[in-house]
Amino acid sequence: MAEYSAFSLLRHALTGHKDWRRAWRDPEPKKSYDVIIVGAGGHGMASAFYLAKNHGIRNIAVLEKGYLGGGNTGRNTTIVRSNYMLEENAHFYEKSLQLWEQLSDELNFNVMFSQRAVTNLAHSDSQMDAFARRGNTMRLNGIDAELLDRKQVQREMPYLDFSDNARFPIYGGLKQPRGGTARHDAVAWGLARGADRLGVDIIQNCEVTGFKREGNRITAVETSRGDIGCGKIGFAVAGSTGHLASKLGMKLPIESHVLQAFVSEPLKPLIDTVVTFGAGHFYVSQSDKGGLVFGGDIDMYNSYAQRGNTPMIEHVVSAGLAMIPSLSRLRILRHWGGVMDMSMDGSPIIGKSPIDNLYLNCGWCYGGFKATPGSGWVFAHTIANDAPHELNAGLNLERFERGYMVDERGAGPYPNRH
Amino acid sequence: MIRLDCPYCGLRDHEEFSYIGDATKTRPAHAGDASAEDWFDYVYIRDNPRGPHQETWQHIQGCRAFIRVLRDTLTHEVLATGLPHEDLSAKSGGAS
Ligand SMILES: Cc1cc2nc3c(=O)[nH]c(=O)nc-3n(C[C@H](O)[C@H](O)[C@H](O)COP(=O)(O)OP(=O)(O)OC[C@H]3O[C@@H](n4cnc5c(N)ncnc54)[C@H](O)[C@@H]3O)c2cc1C
Ligand SMILES: [Zn+2]
Repeated sequence: MAEYSAFSLLRHALTGHKDWRRAWRDPEPKKSYDVIIVGAGGHGMASAFYLAKNHGIRNIAVLEKGYLGGGNTGRNTTIVRSNYMLEENAHFYEKSLQLWEQLSDELNFNVMFSQRAVTNLAHSDSQMDAFARRGNTMRLNGIDAELLDRKQVQREMPYLDFSDNARFPIYGGLKQPRGGTARHDAVAWGLARGADRLGVDIIQNCEVTGFKREGNRITAVETSRGDIGCGKIGFAVAGSTGHLASKLGMKLPIESHVLQAFVSEPLKPLIDTVVTFGAGHFYVSQSDKGGLVFGGDIDMYNSYAQRGNTPMIEHVVSAGLAMIPSLSRLRILRHWGGVMDMSMDGSPIIGKSPIDNLYLNCGWCYGGFKATPGSGWVFAHTIANDAPHELNAGLNLERFERGYMVDERGAGPYPNRH
Repeated sequence: MIRLDCPYCGLRDHEEFSYIGDATKTRPAHAGDASAEDWFDYVYIRDNPRGPHQETWQHIQGCRAFIRVLRDTLTHEVLATGLPHEDLSAKSGGAS
């Protein structure tokens, strides 16, 4: 099987790189599978990988309407962190971060996880108080957090606006040293190769278009490549969840919205961490190729289009310039959009559904990339045992009916405000 | 840029408007006998269609009126605009 090393690179160079082996198979769909996962993004792949690895289920297919990792997994700004405060989120995201720390080893595939720290800036006394509270909560939960004062932030990030006429003076920041970034494609590819080796069929260009039902169960999925029978089925389709659920007549506490991301022309090393603005929505890091990778708000209106609109570009860039004025002459190289599954309380839904053998993995909002391994870990557990793992028990669908929101921002039931 | 035809002001850039959300949700009457399920449905549950969507926008930087917009969520095409309580579903060319 394809293994990557300096030696193999050299060896293949001699033969013009013509006989590298496929990293994973491209099988025809079988008649049926014990478990079908819809969506070959990071979450679908991680779910299949851990189903096979942790639970010994091998007769699994992951169905993907486009290509592996072509959804939000390949479109995001790759920030990984676990700086959450609420009980249901904190332990889940921390587990995910711990899985990230060993993922390259586990997959024998370099996912380029770089723990370069994530710092959120504060621009007022009250924001510093809120960060102190969040940081303390994190530390009580065993998660790393450091409260930085203005001087410390200036030492670490001298390129921020520390001038006297800064529109939003920097008071300090909350830093999570173990946070960072990872290489989005590598995560999808590494998990795909890992899952494939455990027998999982990854079937691309295979769109699920409908369902065959018997009683309260789904017996088969209708796809662009024919009907495929299933024992159990899990949705991991992010922004397409509402559309897919509508084929079952199911309505969810979710809206689809478009979020854009941007990459600048490459420059010499400038930003060696992940830093986020506290007076507007802006987050930035620098890729290994030198481009600044950044983003901000969603476009705000419901959207299934994987492309954003021009006013938001201006909005995001002006927030960025308020934070780092020296970027003003930088050019944007590329920008694109992804469709976000925005939940009503800003937290994900991973668990059982009203249909007996259907499981839901959705509602990731802006922040599901960091959850990739954790989400797969608990979703696999939930599917294998027909019951949630303790880490996702609180992230169930019923919480909305019970009025038990997991609303980290306290923004209320407005999906575009989370 | 999306352009919305405000019934009062005419065609304007969507930048002048605030997006409010799904216009098909009706708040249960306080005095009525709405059940917990009715409230749950109103507050949390959305059709979230991929296609024509009736939504409320407010012309916040114009006449400040609320208007109803029928817009395709996949293409961003604006199919119709009207007064806030006007049902525009018939203008979507079949889909709801
Ligand atoms: C611009 C942007 C920036 C982001 N930044 C961050 C960030 O910095 N940090 C972070 O943690 N998160 C971030 N996110 C969120 C994160 O990318 C997602 O939450 C996460 O990647 C979702 O992974 P997934 O596997 O659930 O979904 P996806 O990767 O979207 O995979 C879902 C797959 O399902 C497929 N699919 C859909 N419908 C069907 C069907 N009917 N049949 C078959 N297949 C189907 C799609 O083609 C897709 O490949 C960002 C998202 C965007 C768009
Ligand atoms: Zn108007």
